Amino acid sequence: MNTLSVWQLLVLVVRRDLLLAMRRRADVFTTLIFFVMVVSLFPLGVGSEMELLRKMAPGVLWVAALLASMLSLGRLFSADYVDGTLEQMMLAPQSLSILVLGKMIAHWMVSGLPLVLIAPVLGIQFDLSAPAQGVLVLGLLLGTPVLSMIGGIGAALTLGLRGGGVLLSLLVLPLCIPVLIFGTGAVYAISAGLNGAMVSNLALLAAMLMFSLVLTPWVSAQALRISME
Amino acid sequence: MLEVSHLACSRGDHRLFSDLSFVLESGQIMQVQGENGSGKTSLLRTLCGFLSPESGKILWDGTDMRELAEDYFANLLYLGHHNAIKDELSGVENLRISAGLAGIALDDKQAIAALRRMGLKGRERLPTKVLSQGQRRRVALARLLLGEAKLWVLDEPLAALDVGAVELVQTLIAEHLARQGMVIFTTHQPLEIAGMEMRRLSLS
Repeated sequence: MNTLSVWQLLVLVVRRDLLLAMRRRADVFTTLIFFVMVVSLFPLGVGSEMELLRKMAPGVLWVAALLASMLSLGRLFSADYVDGTLEQMMLAPQSLSILVLGKMIAHWMVSGLPLVLIAPVLGIQFDLSAPAQGVLVLGLLLGTPVLSMIGGIGAALTLGLRGGGVLLSLLVLPLCIPVLIFGTGAVYAISAGLNGAMVSNLALLAAMLMFSLVLTPWVSAQALRISME
Repeated sequence: MLEVSHLACSRGDHRLFSDLSFVLESGQIMQVQGENGSGKTSLLRTLCGFLSPESGKILWDGTDMRELAEDYFANLLYLGHHNAIKDELSGVENLRISAGLAGIALDDKQAIAALRRMGLKGRERLPTKVLSQGQRRRVALARLLLGEAKLWVLDEPLAALDVGAVELVQTLIAEHLARQGMVIFTTHQPLEIAGMEMRRLSLS
């Protein structure tokens, strides 16, 4: 029988998690609808003062994205933990980090990517200009994978704990602050006409993405092994 | 060859076993016996590396399993209390995924053939949530038909199985031993392999 390469294994895990997400569509939509609702509450609550809305738009969208990505984090490893699949993953003849990376990528595609795609529509509610919209989407595209990956560490650490959901948010949210600062910073910069500052903010987000891509799967894998004991 | 020397294991403050040593050679089968809570599952989980032993060593062909890591796992097939199958997926999908996790590329035809051998003809494409407990166990056991793992670690493989399936598992184990494989397992039901000496390890 043929054996699988690292790459094929990664693809297998991503496809598996996407397939499972498609079979349980309700979970996918709760994240998206939560995001839309939270963002939409602000214009209703604050009033229709254009200048004010335009100013707070990046912050509101980013904070909402941050909170929405917390929603589904608890499920990242817990289902596999309960039914024993996680044990089988640990016995895979490839590094556990690869499998964890696959799960993180699938998590982002299910709970991060939809937020990125719907963000421009929500931006209209706040009267964001077209360039600001573009930067917002680009920032989210770079930043939301980081949220999934940092969240993965928290999910691995809190695996199997009762009331782990709240603890998970408390652990992960502070670690996500840099993403929030640079993500919103980029949009503020473009709105103020500071192209250089916008580029540097996005570059820092990209750097964080690269850094997380290298480090977080390994850290999560170690955390999973500890949680399994 | 699996060599366990002076292994000790605790859960919390409770010492389960200590100074446990045995050697399992190719073509041998060993049953781990003991009352509930005597540490059978903990021993098997330690062999899989899920639990770290308090002291002692587990050697695979003379090398510590911690050093071998993935190379050791490639030789290992573990079947635990949990079936490791997803309710939403069909038998074929589940089997292809668990084969993939074990590093084996499996196509639909091979998966269906394996499930049929396990007596699941006509149910290969049903979501496993509609299957009975015993049928789900059969889906999990179909993994025994795939791959070339030398060491089988089976924790209660016969749970929820009917007489026919128990016989099938016995046949599979006998075939595996004939291929110079090794089996270490726990069970509360009688399991006999014709023509094989069954080694027994009692934990107390």
